[in-house]
Amino acid sequence: MKILVAVKRVIDYNVQVRVKEDGTGVVTDNVKMSSNPPDDNAIEEAVKIKEAGKATEIIAITVGEEKSQETVRKALAVGADRGILIKTEGTVEPLAVAKALQKIVDKEKPDLVFMGKQAIDDDCNQTGQMLSALLNWPQATFASKIEIKDKILEVTREIDEGLETIEVNLPAIVTCDLRLNEPRYASLPNIMKAKKKPIEIFTAADLGVDITPRVQQIKVEEPPKRKAGIKVASVAELVSKLKNEAKVI
Amino acid sequence: MSVLLIAEHNNKEVKPFTLNAITAASQMDTDVHVLLIGNNCGDVAKALSEMSAVKKVLHAEAAHYENYLAENFAPLVVKVSENYSHIVSSANTFGKNLMPRIAAHLDISQVSDITKVISSDTFIRPIYAGNAFATVKSIDKKKCITIRPTSFEPCETSGGSAPIEKMEATEEFTLSKFIKREEVKSDRPELGTARIVISGGRGMQNGENFKLIADIADKLNAAIGASRAAVDAGYISNEHQVGQTGKVVVPDLYIAVGISGAIQHLAGMKESKIIVAINKDGEAPIFSVADYGLEADLFEALPQFLEELNKLNSIQK
Repeated sequence: MKILVAVKRVIDYNVQVRVKEDGTGVVTDNVKMSSNPPDDNAIEEAVKIKEAGKATEIIAITVGEEKSQETVRKALAVGADRGILIKTEGTVEPLAVAKALQKIVDKEKPDLVFMGKQAIDDDCNQTGQMLSALLNWPQATFASKIEIKDKILEVTREIDEGLETIEVNLPAIVTCDLRLNEPRYASLPNIMKAKKKPIEIFTAADLGVDITPRVQQIKVEEPPKRKAGIKVASVAELVSKLKNEAKVI
Repeated sequence: MSVLLIAEHNNKEVKPFTLNAITAASQMDTDVHVLLIGNNCGDVAKALSEMSAVKKVLHAEAAHYENYLAENFAPLVVKVSENYSHIVSSANTFGKNLMPRIAAHLDISQVSDITKVISSDTFIRPIYAGNAFATVKSIDKKKCITIRPTSFEPCETSGGSAPIEKMEATEEFTLSKFIKREEVKSDRPELGTARIVISGGRGMQNGENFKLIADIADKLNAAIGASRAAVDAGYISNEHQVGQTGKVVVPDLYIAVGISGAIQHLAGMKESKIIVAINKDGEAPIFSVADYGLEADLFEALPQFLEELNKLNSIQK
């Protein structure tokens, strides 16, 4: 079995994101970048499946600028066998990413495609579902548990009401929740080894995919600031404030 | 052109966020048609037809529509979509799972999780866990939109008498199969719509200690929330999670107990009207968004809180 894992380079989840003064976006200069957290779960799950002897090859893929190779390298250091970078400039919307991934799926014919359920930069939560639609494959979104049963995957999904279990036939797309597993750290020897693993580079044009944005960003603003609150000295004071000042209880 | 709203329901009742989505849809165009896809859901069709903002109900039934698999729903929505300018659903796990599948079939770049409708093609949506708000304009001919339910008021559930039009079902997608759903039944209000939410974090130390939170929730008729740290640690189940990858809540009162206030948690609650933080670390970031902060050991503060509530003559419901 071959597994394709899609990853994305995003502003690190610990960074307090700031909006640019001219309203054209957020500050990215000199800001720490990392792999999108649920994508780490996607890689981890693929590696676990390979370690269990149920997969033979893991390909890590990303769509983004040249520097996104770092994110692919990280996946290679954790256990992916080879990488693919689809090199682009500027904003690439989920639909365009899904179309680029579709081309690679057509070429590589993986049995499973994993990715994080959502990127923490644009918070779109679309790419996996869109790729499933384009391929007309089953989709198992927001997965927190996966069990491979021959040609069928049993997936537990996190939904608003609790948990849902579905079965999907392979090939299928799985989008991963943060609770799917505990991503490992790459060891230093593996980071060194990853430097020798191949990364193939394509452009969107090579693949014949039009990635022109269809959603124009007009402006980006700071959220409204909350006005500073107060510290109360005791529980009694807190309850009194809630009752008499805020009038919420 | 008209707006096509995809109803979320459980074949017996309309799910509450559908009402918020109808309000959002009616701000894009007043001619709102609701597409109801389900199995033996005639009562839902009737309820939808009585909502004043709904101008028509399109109703499709089939056994394979029982469990809302996106693979079964999307082809029908695509088939119906021809005469509509917008396709809308709520940005909860139902809409998040379904809408992108529809959008990709239609070759539309979806706009997710909008908090405001500026015009029929321009919307505001949070990005970076709500640390920035983007105004975006869709230039696709048709728009696929999911809406943040807590940013729109629920619509009226009466005053209308829309016609119900039967639709033919599309074929079953046989490669995906629903197995089971484990819903946690609770007598408490739903987290997404509760007037008061009390949440616990890693500071609760274990699952049993959530009893301290539950006692206060019962007293205040509040829903119980949790940080991701508390869910990951197994103190409480996933449907309680508030945050960037969990639920977004906007209650009148949000009480954060033993929650440090990571960016990802704040993303799910910082629009609440009044925020209370109880934490023994006075430097915790949660205090920066709290209207009332109490620097205290939660194991002392929570029992006292309950005691003080018991002393009150009346509590708002």
